[in-house]
Order: sequence, then C-alpha cells, then structure tokens
Amino acid sequence: MRAFLLALLLVLPMAAGAVQPDEILPDPAMEARARAITAELRCVVCRNESVDDSNAEIARDIRLMVRERLVAGDTNEEAVQFMVDRFGEYILLNPRPTGSNLILWVTGPALLVAGLGIALMAARRRRAGPEALSAEEEARLKALLDE
Amino acid sequence: MIVEFGHYALILAFAVSLLQSLVPLVGAQKGWADWMAAAGPLASGQFALLAIAFAALTYAFVTSDFSVLLVVDNSHTLKPLLYKISGVWGNHEGSLLLWSLILALFGASAAWFGGNLPATLQARVLAVQGAIGAAFLAFMIFTSNPFLRTALPPFDGHDLNPLLQDPGLAFHPPFLYLGYVGLSMAFSFAVAALIEGKVDAAWGRWVRPWTLAAWIFLTIGIALGSWWAYYELGWGGFWFWDPVENASFMPWLFATALLHSAIVVEKRETLKAWTILLAILGFGFSLMGTFIVRSGVITSVHAFASDPERGVFILMIFAVFVGGALTLFALRGAALEAKGVFALVSRESALVLNNVLLAVASFVVFVGTMWPLVSELAFGRVLSVGAPFFNAAFTPFMVALAIALPVGAVMPWKRGKLGKAAASMTGALALAVALAGLAFALQTGRSALAPIGVLLGSWLVFGALIDLWTRGGRQGIGDRLRRIARLPRADWGKAIAHGGLGVTIFAVTAVLGWASEDIRVLRPGESFTLSGHTFTLTGVERQPGPNYISTMATVEVHDGDRYIATLHPEKRVYPAAGMPTTEAGIHYTLTRDLYVALGDPQDGGGWALRTYVKPFAVWLWIGSALMALGGLISLTDRRFRVAAGARRAPPAAAPAE
Repeated sequence: MRAFLLALLLVLPMAAGAVQPDEILPDPAMEARARAITAELRCVVCRNESVDDSNAEIARDIRLMVRERLVAGDTNEEAVQFMVDRFGEYILLNPRPTGSNLILWVTGPALLVAGLGIALMAARRRRAGPEALSAEEEARLKALLDE
Repeated sequence: MIVEFGHYALILAFAVSLLQSLVPLVGAQKGWADWMAAAGPLASGQFALLAIAFAALTYAFVTSDFSVLLVVDNSHTLKPLLYKISGVWGNHEGSLLLWSLILALFGASAAWFGGNLPATLQARVLAVQGAIGAAFLAFMIFTSNPFLRTALPPFDGHDLNPLLQDPGLAFHPPFLYLGYVGLSMAFSFAVAALIEGKVDAAWGRWVRPWTLAAWIFLTIGIALGSWWAYYELGWGGFWFWDPVENASFMPWLFATALLHSAIVVEKRETLKAWTILLAILGFGFSLMGTFIVRSGVITSVHAFASDPERGVFILMIFAVFVGGALTLFALRGAALEAKGVFALVSRESALVLNNVLLAVASFVVFVGTMWPLVSELAFGRVLSVGAPFFNAAFTPFMVALAIALPVGAVMPWKRGKLGKAAASMTGALALAVALAGLAFALQTGRSALAPIGVLLGSWLVFGALIDLWTRGGRQGIGDRLRRIARLPRADWGKAIAHGGLGVTIFAVTAVLGWASEDIRVLRPGESFTLSGHTFTLTGVERQPGPNYISTMATVEVHDGDRYIATLHPEKRVYPAAGMPTTEAGIHYTLTRDLYVALGDPQDGGGWALRTYVKPFAVWLWIGSALMALGGLISLTDRRFRVAAGARRAPPAAAPAE
C-alpha cells in the first residue's frame, strides 16, 4: 500500500509533501540556509514548483544534496552553483541577470521610464493647449445660463 | 436525445452569432434602422440557444450519461451532485461552453439594458460581441466539441480531477470566466467607439459599470483560487506566480487600470485614446490567458487540455481580434481629441500614474511568464522564471502604487497642490508610522517585511478613512456623519476598495513575515508546542468518503490548559481517478490561522506532520472581499442606474476643500 501511495505521489507532485522530517538538519541556522536555497531551485521534473515545495523523488534528492553541500562547508553560492553545474540554468527559479536575461530584468524599469516620459510629454503638450472653452462647451454654458 | 438537442442548439448558436456579427454592422454603416434593430433579438437568441446547450450538457452530467465522451472522462456515478454539476466546467470543452454562454449573456445584457445607447453604437457593440462569440463557438465546434458520443459507453466514468472536487474550485472558474469575458464588453465598446470615431462622457459612463462588474468577478475568482491553494496544497501558500495564475492576474491589473482611466473619460473627457487602448489590452490579456491555459506551450500546474492544435486556433483568434483592434486604434485613435485640460499636479495626473504603474507591472508579469519560451526559441537558453523573480520585479510597482494612492485619491480634479493633498494625509502617515514602529518593536529578529506591510497597509486604510472624513464638511460631528452617510455610493466604494487593498497588502506581508513552521514525525498521543500552542496527535483513522478513502488525523490544540480546537487534516485517495489529495485542518481566527497538514506514515511508526501558525491570514480573503465589495457598492451608484445617455448631470462634486 505504501509503495502504491508513493507511486501516486510521484504521478501528482501537487499533493502535500515537500520537506520531510528526516531531512531537517540539526543546526537550525544551516537548515534555514538550506530552505532559502531550495526555495529558489526548480523541481526539474515538476511543472513550476520549487524543490522546497515539491513532493517528487528528485526534489527530495536535491534537497538532501543541498544539505550535504552545506554540511561539507559550501557557501550558499557554491551550493547553488553545484546544482547549476549538474542541472543547468533551468534549475534556477530566479534567472541570473546575465546576457540575454538582461532583457527580462530591464523591461520593467525601462517601461516605467518610457511610460512616465510619455505621460509627462503629453501633459506638457496639453498644458500648452488652449484653456478656452470649446464651441460645444460655450453652447452648453449658454443653454445652462438661458435656463 | 437531449444531448443531440443541445448539440443542435450549439451549432444554431454559431449560425446566429455569425448573423449577429454582420447584420448590425452593415446596418450601422448604411444607416438602416431595421438591420441595426436585428442585433437585439439575435443577441438574445444566441444566449437562449447557448443556455439550452449548457442545460443539455449539465443534464448529461447529472444523469451520468456515459455515452457522452466528456462525461466519461470527467464524471463518476458516486460523485456528489455539486461536483457532477461543477464537472460540466471542470474540463476544457465544458468550460469553453460556459465561457461562450457568459459571453452571450453579456452581449444580451447590452441588448436588454442598452436601450438608451445611440442606436449605431449599440449595433456595433453587439456586432463585435457577436464576432467574438462566433470565433469561440467555431473553436468549440471544430476542435473541442463537448457533445461527442462514444460508441461503447463504459459502466462508469473516470471521475473529475479530485483537486477540482472542492467547493472553492467549483465556483472559482465561473467567477474567473465572468471576469475574463466581462472584459469583452469593454473591448466591444472600444472597437465600436473606434468605428464611430467618437468617445464621450456617456461612453465612459457606459463602459465603467461593465468593467467594474468584470473586475469584481475577477477579484472574487482570483481570491477563491488563492484560498483554495491555501487550504488544499498542504503548506499554506496562497500565490505561486504560476503561469496560469499570472494569466488571471494580468487582466485583473489591466481591468484595475481601465476602471480608473474610464473615470477620467467620464468626468473629464480626456485620456480617451489611452482608455480605448487599455480596453483592448485588457481583453487581449484575457485571450492571452486562455492561450496560456489551453495551449500547453507554457508548463504550469493548472494547464489543462494541452494541445498545440488548439493553441494555434486560440492564437489566431487573439491575432485577429487584438491585431484588428490595434490596427483600428492606430488608424483612428488620434482622432479622439481630449476636451478637458489638466495641470501636472491633479487627480487626472494621479490616475495616469496609477495607470502607468499598473500597466507596467502587468507587462513585467507578462514578460516573466513568457520569458522561458522566448529565451529558448530566440537564445537557445533553457531556463525558468519563478516566484523569486516575480517577487523582486513586481513588488516595487505595488509599493509605489500604495505610497501614491492616498494622496492621489484626495487630489482635486484639473489642478491641485501636492503639498495641500499630502498635508491632509499627515494623520494617516503618523498613525501608519506609529503602527509599523510598534510592529517592528514587538517582533524580534525577523525581517522588516511585515512592519513595512503594516506601514503601507495602514497608510492605505487610514488614507481611505481620512478621505471619507474630509468629505463630510466642517460642521459638528453629527452633521458631518450625516453628510458622510449621504455621500455618493461611488465614494464609499472607492474608500472601501482602497482600504481593502491596504488590508490585503498588510495580510500578505504578515503571513510571509510572521508565519512559524514545524515539520516533525509524531506518533498518536505525542504532542509539541509551536508559537504558544500545544498540538497533540490523538489518532489517525481511515474513513470512507462518498467517492474517496480518507486517512484522517485528529489533532487537538491547547493554549496552556485552555482547549482551542480539534483539527482534522486528511489525505484522500480517489480510486476512480487514481489520485491523492490533501485537506489541511485549519482553525481560522482573526489574529491567526492554525494550520495542520498530514504527511506520510513513517517506516518506524508515526506520521509526518506539518504545522503552521499563520498570523492574520484570514485578512487576505477579507481584504479581497472588501475590494470586491467596494466595487459592488460603486456599481450601485445612482448615476449608473439612471439613464446613462440622458442629459448629463453636472460633474460630481469636487472634493471638499
């Protein structure tokens, strides 16, 4: 029955799971580091889930590997690089701002500057425009006054 | 027989929608009143036919007619009635039918309640609405027909995806569709206005209620989905930046922007071209969301019916409608001249800032969602974009929005003074800073996230209260309260929705910053303490459900000697679908949720148990509900109920000085 359940869990990574009690490191500070790292690693066989949330077998392996690296004395960056060397960039949920990825990171600020710039220019143009009433407004004003 | 009847009605509805998209359009162009008048009955007819088709499919599900392929794949005789019904839209084909039905309902409403619209505008709106309907009905009939039969009916069905067998998810899709499709009304009005070449205050007054209604539905739909994720996925997450979540979030951001810019069109007759553009983009992102969910191009936990062929069809619909509308916009948009002038510091400018922030934030979400695809195709880099990116790239826009909002909301129209508007908010700022300082002092050794959330959230809530208070004039308290009570409902709606945003921001940061977690193996009879609460596992039992087998734990919670609650976290296995689900045991209170999820049985005995104390988590849903409620109150404002096209009332009173 247990094997059957496990098989089911593999089919459906969304069921509750993630970090198991036996994975947790005795040192709380190091465990916290491990959690922070695995939250930013993708479970490579799942659809858009972090290793920290995933129930898949490989996610558990990666969680254990990260903890092994930390215990062996790796820094956070080294532990992450260790995973990138094995699984490729695909494992990073937060893409590094290098090369073509700069486009991804710069889009937001660039659009904001462009948006505000256009709005400012439009405002300046509008301010230069006539403040006088349009013909229609004149007519309406007249109609209101005549009432 | 009834199924064939529904099938026939569906095909007939397609024919009617084709007529609806052509006849009124030609009529409006040529000025033929009788052709234009055909739009109303055609829209009503299309709706009636689709209602018949939908009823027929529902009948097939409720009676478990396993000669219908869709019912075989998504239902089961043992399934509770609610989920037999919700199974109708818990799949690709059926949800498309619901989508089309809602689309037709919106079109028909424009026919029923749009009597006071200019005849040509109404005819064109209905024609565009009919064309969208025709496209989706063609999509359904030619690639995703819900009424297909199977030659060899099985004895029982494969059951609905167990994750969808949940009250929250039963109603999550219809609300989202009401929102997505509701934006089609703004789109139709925008395209019709571009054809007419005229946008005026009456147009703004017409578009706003539809956008507002769509926005309310989207808000409720997203909140329901988020709540479902919270209690169903077993660790209390409420937002995952999953592509499908983003697909609903982008239209919501655009609808929020549109809602605000339509105010400017209505009250000041300016920002017209921009508002038209937002209306086109808002519905465009709804279609893009449909594409993301149903094409399987982007992997997501939710994507259902992943089928590239269908993806291509949706992409074509998207290209024709959004491309066509944008082309029309490029040709005619410049002709929409603005009437009202406004200074750089004014309510209008504040709303422009709102629009820029919301639109850019939405584009950031869009680029992040599409980037894995673009990067792989264009640069050969296979990568992922997940929650850490979105948290970093999206949040600053919301922070900027929250900072600017209370001051912008009290800025006078046309020309204002920044210092004066800001000065009126001094009280709100002082209170917010005091609360945030208190929060920072009370928490020890945690990140500054939650105190910042307290600061922004209370700034928004107090800002909304001060806005209402200053509108009450300067008389005595009684007089003032009477005045405030008599304020237009739109003002109440505004204050409540803005306050709701503040509450939501606060709750998000409180849950993220202050939650505590415990993961351990527990045997029956053992207990542990987390955040001052003692959790005792008293037993784990197997229990049969209607169409599942449950493994249910009983966890008693005490605070010292005081009994708090008994929680029943479950693991369920649905044999027909062959899938497990988890149901967390949650004790909700206003100040914290106690959250227990049951894990696997352990080799050495005992069960894995995951326990969380999540401070102020209910305020996530209360905040969302407040936003929706604010929208609803605003929707009942008098000026939306009186004839929109009738003689314009003088502009609503300017904020009291």
